[in-house]
Parts: sequence; C-alpha cells; structure tokens
Amino acid sequence: MLSIKNLHAKVEGRDILKGLDLEVQAGEVHAIMGPNGSGKSTLVHILAGRDGYEVTAGSVSYLGKDLLSMVPEERAHAGVFLAFQYPVEIPGVNNVYLLKAAYNAIRKHRGEEQLDAMDFLAMVKAKMQFMEIDPSFLNRAVNEGFSGGEKKRNEILQMLVLEPKLALLDETDSGLDIDALKVVAKGINRLRSPERAMVMVTHYQRLLDYIEPDLVHVLAGGRILKSGDKNLALELERRGYDWVLAEAAA
Amino acid sequence: MATEPQNVEKLMRGEYRHGFITDIESDTVPPGLNEDVIRLISAKKNEPAFMLEWRLKAYRHWLGMQEPLWAHVKHPPIDYQAISYYSAPKSKRNAPKSLAEVDPKLLETYEKLGVPLHERAKLAGVAVDAVFDSVSVATTFRKKLAEAGVIFCPFSEAVKEHPALVEKYLGSVVPYSDNFFATLNSAVFSDGSFVFVPKGVRCPMELSTYFRINAANTGQFERTLIVAEEGAYVSYLEGCTAPMRDENQLHAAVVELIALEGAQIKYSTVQNWYPGDENGVGGIYNFVTKRGDCRGANSRISWTQVETGSAITWKYPSVLLKGDNSIGEFYSVAVANHYQQADTGTKMIHIGKNTRSTIVSKGISAGHGQNSYRGLVKMLAGAEHARNYTQCDSLLMSNRCGAHTFPYMEVRNPTAKVEHEATTSKISDDQLFYCRSRGVSTEDAVNMIVSGFCKDVFKELPMEFAVEAQRLLAVTLEGAVG
Repeated sequence: MLSIKNLHAKVEGRDILKGLDLEVQAGEVHAIMGPNGSGKSTLVHILAGRDGYEVTAGSVSYLGKDLLSMVPEERAHAGVFLAFQYPVEIPGVNNVYLLKAAYNAIRKHRGEEQLDAMDFLAMVKAKMQFMEIDPSFLNRAVNEGFSGGEKKRNEILQMLVLEPKLALLDETDSGLDIDALKVVAKGINRLRSPERAMVMVTHYQRLLDYIEPDLVHVLAGGRILKSGDKNLALELERRGYDWVLAEAAA
Repeated sequence: MATEPQNVEKLMRGEYRHGFITDIESDTVPPGLNEDVIRLISAKKNEPAFMLEWRLKAYRHWLGMQEPLWAHVKHPPIDYQAISYYSAPKSKRNAPKSLAEVDPKLLETYEKLGVPLHERAKLAGVAVDAVFDSVSVATTFRKKLAEAGVIFCPFSEAVKEHPALVEKYLGSVVPYSDNFFATLNSAVFSDGSFVFVPKGVRCPMELSTYFRINAANTGQFERTLIVAEEGAYVSYLEGCTAPMRDENQLHAAVVELIALEGAQIKYSTVQNWYPGDENGVGGIYNFVTKRGDCRGANSRISWTQVETGSAITWKYPSVLLKGDNSIGEFYSVAVANHYQQADTGTKMIHIGKNTRSTIVSKGISAGHGQNSYRGLVKMLAGAEHARNYTQCDSLLMSNRCGAHTFPYMEVRNPTAKVEHEATTSKISDDQLFYCRSRGVSTEDAVNMIVSGFCKDVFKELPMEFAVEAQRLLAVTLEGAVG
C-alpha cells in the first residue's frame, strides 16, 4: 500500500530524513519509535503533505501513485489521514461543520452521493457515543477550548467518520491519562481491518499494550535502524535506544 | 514533495468583479467647486428655493472647515477643485418616467451588477432605487408601495414632490455643519433615496438602493433620508459598486434615519466600491456619515454593514438614543485587503432612560490592509439604567496587515452599564493544513473560517443578502481560482 524508498528530507536547511525505507501492506499496523528529534513527526507530516519540508531524494508510492506529487486534500481524498499530535483550534467553525465538509469532499471524490444533514448527524452521534464524547461537542468550535484528551478523542472521531485507508497517528497517546488512552485505543482498534493500514508514531510502549502492532521500527538519525515484532517495543522499553544505535554503528 | 506554497496570502489575490465601465454619454459639470456650481446643480434639479439656500449655507460653512485628520488612514491630499460635482447619464428629455425610458445600456449595467430590476425584482420582493453616478435612474415597485402609503423615491424627486417632509427632516440628524464631508455633501449632493413610512405601516417589502459610480473624475455625493413614523417598520438595503480606475474617486454620502415612537428601521449595507488594485493604485475614498435618531420612545435602529470595497473607508454609522427604552444596534464586517484602509465603527449616544445598544464589529485584515475599529459609547447624565454591549473581533490573514481598536467610553450616569470584549486571531497555515488534511480545499477552508468569524453579523442581514454578502466575501478573499 505504502512504499517509501530512500527518502531524504530537509527542514529549514537541516537534514532530517537520510535515506528512510519503509514498506506498509494493507492490514498492517506499524509502530515507529525512536529518540527525540529522530524525524518521526517529520515523516508523517511529509506523508500528509505539510508545507515546509524539502524532499531532496527518494520516493513515496501510495496505492501505486506518487504521493509526494499530490496536494494534502488530494491525499485525504485518496484515503490518507493524519491524526495530529497537536490538533489545531479553529474558532468560529463548528466541529460538525468541518467534519461534514470533509466527509462530503471525500465522498464527492469517490463519486458517492453526499449524505444529507440528518443522516450525517445520526452517524456522527453514534460514533461520538463510541468515543465517549460529550454531546455538547456538536455545538462547539473545532478543538476550541478542548482539553488535551478531548482533542485526541476528536482526532480519532474524525478518523472513524472519514474511514481512511492509511491512518497516520502522530503521538496520539501523548498527554492522555490511562482512561482516555483506553478510549482512544478502542477507536483505533475499531478501524483495524484487512483493507486498512496504520502507521503510529509513539514514544511509549504503553499504547502498544492496547494496540498490538504487526511491526515495530526504530527511527533514529533519519533512518530506520531496526525493525521487529511487538517484542522489539518491549525490549526498547527495558533497554532504551542506545543498544540499537550501537548495533547500527557496528 | 509538493512544495506548492498554498498559504493564506496566496489566496488574497481576489479580483474585482464589477470593474467594467459603461460607455454612455453623460452630462458632467466641469471640475471645481464654487457657488455657481452649487447653483447649477440646484437649477439642473429644479429645486425649490429652500434647498438652494441650505446648500449655500453648507458650502459657506465648509469653506471654513478642515479635513479631519484623526482617522487611522493615510492618503495624499484630496484636491477638491479637481473633482466634478455632478455627472448624469445624458437623456434626450428630462428624467425617465418609467423603466421603458431608461437607457438600455444603463439597464445592462445593472443587469451585470445583478440588480434585480424588472421582473427579477418582483421575484425577489425587493423594491430597488438605482443611483448611477449622480442621478437616480429607476425606482421599481413604486405603485405597490404607494398603496401602503410608503414613499420611496429618488431624493431629487422628493425635494420637488414632498418638499414639506424634506424640509422638516433634512439635516435634523446630520446638520449641514456636522463635519467636513457631511457639510460638503450638504452643499453638492446630487441624489439618493428618500423613504417615508407613515404611522403604523409596516413596509410590505425590503427596500433597496444600488449605487454605482461610472464617470471618471467625479465624486458621488448621495444623500438618503429615511423617516419611520410612530409604530412603522422598514428594512432598507444599499449596495455599491464602481468601475476599476487608476485614479482615486471620492464618495461622500450622508444617510439620516429618523425613528419616531415605537418605530423600527433596519439599514443594511453591502459596500463593494472598487478597492484599488493589489498595489494600492486607484479605488474609492469612502467618507460617509450615517446617523440614526431614535427620536421616540421604544424605537429601534439597526445598522448592519458588510464593507468589502473602497481604498479608504471612513464611516461610523451611529445612533442617537433619545427616546426612553430605545435600542441601537451596529453589526459590522469590514475587510481590508491589499492596501485597503478601513477606519470604521459606530457611536452610540445614550440620552434616554433604559436605552440599550449592541455593537458587534468583525474586522478582517489581509495583504497590507489596515483595519481600525473606532467606537464611541456615551452615556449621558439622564441615561438611567442604560446598557451597552460591545464585541470587537479582528481576524488577521497575513503578516503585513494591521488590526487596531479605538474604543472610547464616556459614562456620566452611575446606573449605566458598559461592556467591551475584544479578540484578535489569525488564520494560520496550520489551520489551513489541518482542514486540507481532512480533504477540504484551501479556499473552502478559508471561506469556512471567515464565515464562522462573521456569523454573528451575517445573521442580521435579510436572507437573500446574507447569501450575497457571503459570496462577496468569498470573492474578495479568493485567489487561486478564476
């Protein structure tokens, strides 16, 4: 589904990604771990199409298409979704309004009919309930005045509504208490399916207690240094990253 | 990687859609201002003596006045002798008596502008008075309005046909000596609209005027007077456009509203004068005095304005709250894009007891635009238990624009209550990326954010105009497409 080859990228003139390779198949959940500043967030932002990153070499193919040549909304239409580490507040724009605009834009792209307001609202309400989101959410502006936990839940709600093919989760577990973490994990697990892939960036093993990854990668110095199954995450939790770095240097 | 800098600023290169010039013969007085020009204007309009006297009084007063400099705007000095003070489309006889007599080219112009003359007016249920340069071209629906007792006609006609009403109310809210621009207008005003809604009558339809400046080097000085007698109700909308020209053009209008006991006047403006190009060349100087007088108890005056055009806007629609329990409202969206400068706001003067006022101002600044809110809330000694609520929000769309707030408050009554809230926010590339990553295009995202910002004002506009205003705003702030 997603094939990243030899990806090099700069941010403000600094080399961040230095030859990153990653293959993600439909149905897989990948966890990307690594020390601070290793390029984890850069990677998902580049995949979602954010400005400010300069790709100097390499390629990204998504469902056979050149992902890097697509603008962010085209990527969204094609099924890419980024759950933000720091979801953005948009005062004056209603949550449901944005969600409906997004949903219908994606449906339109797929050649499907737009859902009318009533049906849409019913669908969103059911998913809100699943994500244990307060009904007052419907009348509030996008992320405005939300607590950290509410923002993360909103990201997952959006993901449940938009049903992406490739979900990129950027430190979705950061800043969550254990109850909120469980709810967020429940939402993510709900979307696991053989047609869908997920790439989760995380610092902590604890998220992986709730969402079992098929593959775990260590990203450091702009490259994937080591890949393994879920046991690699447990080992990292125990031993830190130094041994991986040492192994790679050897 | 697609490094297309799809940022906010790129969107700001919207183009003016009403910038065409109508090729029509016009009767234009040579530039310059003196008593002879004023006599000429008055004579061309066959005005009664009181009108000429009033104009001359204003002119003499104006000669001793200074152009005000306190507004937060910059422009080269205006040469008042270089302006032509009267321009009218030439017609073989005098003013047209019906739509059939109106020059088809003029009608075409209005069609391009989307002014609902003819049948379209009927469908929309809107009566329209169209002012082209200095004269009023056609007023639709006069018959139906006359049946209800409502007078809606060009100002110049009211002067001739209802001189007693005009003499009684003209200048009673904005006196000829009021301020530099209003005084100039009093001397040279050429046309405008006159509305009179008699006691107890609810005007059966929305009234509307479209203003258009067409001729080069002319100023437009229209004057509108609306009187709602006891218990009457009227909703009035004005729309404004002008062709694209490299030189600046002056527009100095005066609007007076009078609401007697229990009367209500809703006055809405969608102002889209030519704002100049993206380098700040050309555009209309819009120096307008608008004031409403809640003369009777329990009366109510609401100003709603959507100001997207003009190179410079200098405008403070105000309400004098004289009658006890009277209500004044001001809802405003002002956009300053490119090099536009807007200094706009309101004055709420609380004189009567239990008077209430609400001010909601939304300023949008983009490009190098400078947007200032200037508002005065004054509670006089007799304004027992008067209340004001002011909300003043600014939205920034670039790093080079400015938003400024100048609230003035004067409270002379201890029971009066004044509240002021203000916010400033910026449309960030982060917000746009967030929306785009959800599949919403940049333009839709900007529209969504701007509409959300303006929601509280748009809901005050009559339905069909709210849609128009929203579209206008989208066009004003659009860039990439089209």
